[in-house]
Amino acid sequence: MTALLSIRNVHKSFGSNDVLRGISLDVPRGSVVAFIGASGSGKSTLLRCLNLLEPIDDGEIILDGTDISAPGFDANVARRDVGLVFQSYNLFPHMNVLRNVTLALTHAAGIAKDEAESTAKELLDRFGLADKARAYPEQLSGGQQQRVAIIRAVALRPSVLLLDEVTAALDPQLVGEVLDLIAELRNSGMTMLMATHEMNFARDVADTVCFLHEGTIHEMGRPDEVLESPREERTKAFLARTMRR
Amino acid sequence: MNSDSSTGPSRATARRAFEERRRRRSIAIATTSTVVFVGLVVLLVPRMPRWDRVKQSFFSGEQFADSFPRLLDAFVLDLKIFAWSVPIILGFGMLVALARVSRNPALFPIRALCVIYVDLMRGVPVLLWIYLIGFGVPGLGLDRPWNSPLLWGTVALCLTYSSYVSEVFRSGIEGVHESQRAAARSLGLTHGQTLRLVVIPQAVRRVIPPLMNDLVSLQKDVALVSLIGPIEILRQAGIDKSKFANFTPYVVAAVIFLCITVPLTRTADWLLARERRRTGGTRIAA
Ligand SMILES: Nc1ncnc2c1ncn2[C@@H]1O[C@H](COP(=O)(O)OP(=O)(O)OP(=O)(O)O)[C@@H](O)[C@H]1O
Ligand SMILES: [Mg+2]
Repeated sequence: MTALLSIRNVHKSFGSNDVLRGISLDVPRGSVVAFIGASGSGKSTLLRCLNLLEPIDDGEIILDGTDISAPGFDANVARRDVGLVFQSYNLFPHMNVLRNVTLALTHAAGIAKDEAESTAKELLDRFGLADKARAYPEQLSGGQQQRVAIIRAVALRPSVLLLDEVTAALDPQLVGEVLDLIAELRNSGMTMLMATHEMNFARDVADTVCFLHEGTIHEMGRPDEVLESPREERTKAFLARTMRR
Repeated sequence: MNSDSSTGPSRATARRAFEERRRRRSIAIATTSTVVFVGLVVLLVPRMPRWDRVKQSFFSGEQFADSFPRLLDAFVLDLKIFAWSVPIILGFGMLVALARVSRNPALFPIRALCVIYVDLMRGVPVLLWIYLIGFGVPGLGLDRPWNSPLLWGTVALCLTYSSYVSEVFRSGIEGVHESQRAAARSLGLTHGQTLRLVVIPQAVRRVIPPLMNDLVSLQKDVALVSLIGPIEILRQAGIDKSKFANFTPYVVAAVIFLCITVPLTRTADWLLARERRRTGGTRIAA
């Protein structure tokens, strides 16, 4: 089975802070990978590197056979194919929901306005936000904002969707609606990489769980393996600390 | 059940009655104190020594009626200068702001030039620039219409105010959170599109109140151009004052200015208050 996304020996440091020290991972099409790990272990950094928001220092990111991290490769094209959703939603506050979703379609992907709007409306409708198309982000709940942010990324039909702790900023009662959306995307075959603190969700949705520690993938495997019976001491310690909370 | 339905409404009614009494009391106090104050002013001011001279010299009704139309006519020039300057100032100020926040190495010389320009303009009184450029450039012996002090005085005004406005825009652009840029770039928008579609619209929105304040100052400073020749309201008032040996024309000019600047200032305050409410009052550097 060839991987859709191949992360090969990726290194990234900020000054003297070596955040990623050789990350390698193959992600088959349609599979879901969850990254867990302590705060500061580099989960967000890895996802930002995969979206090319941060240039990597060494290694390769191969998407569908193309090295998108190669110097000179058009990062804007790659970014449309690797969606990224942030913990803090980051919707554009001066645009309504519809325009938030269509902006990149019309301006980055070059799709005609009508077509972009019908795509956006279809998606909003499918995920129960049709009546919010004309609303502004500040008029929405956190859960609704995050669902719009995910739809905004999905509208570009990316090959891979990266989700960076998309429920971490939400009130507990709003987490469910966002997780439902992600579960539905998974069922429709979307390849996803997500950083998360939701261990139960990782167990339910992910095909693979990676435990990041000191800039490397310290342990990885099926969710039941890594989360129920971890082999590594550090993984055990991390899970013990997380579960206690 | 009955505790809710019996004490609830009656307590609410009592509270409302109390608020109503308190409101009436404050209105009564405010009215009384205003009446007393106005009464004192009306009674005492005319008893001031030389009140007749003051009245004749500053508030002469005849003089007011005589000068008003002439000054209003002259004020049209101020309005014209203002109307010409505003778009130039906003456009040029935005360009300078964009140059200063750009990170393109090729633009380094432009960036340096902009820093020097802003420092020079902001560090020297407007009046000095108006003299220097408004008298200086026409003095070079250019042909008509390029030798007009009015033209070069306006240029000086535009250059100074563009520098102020560029700083306002720059603070607005820098105030847009990095995560907004990250979101736009993550969707594949280019740097230019991110600026144009995401950063600048948000920046402009948040700097409208401080911008309005600069425009109010500009509206007043337009009168400085009179010092190098053009007959606008301030100069016309000076002419009238000398001719009739009476200061009322200046008062007329002040009244005309106030008619424009007070509504502008109030609007700016209102916009600022609204923006503060929206953003929790922390983000605006006026
Ligand atoms: N732009 C940056 N400049 C400098 N250092 C950075 C930058 N972004 C991240 N770092 C550093 O990289 C390290 C990893 O941060 P990262 O945000 O990737 O961790 P994380 O695993 O996502 O943590 P959390 O669970 O808190 O979100 C931290 O030490 C952080 O300080
Ligand atoms: Mg993070």
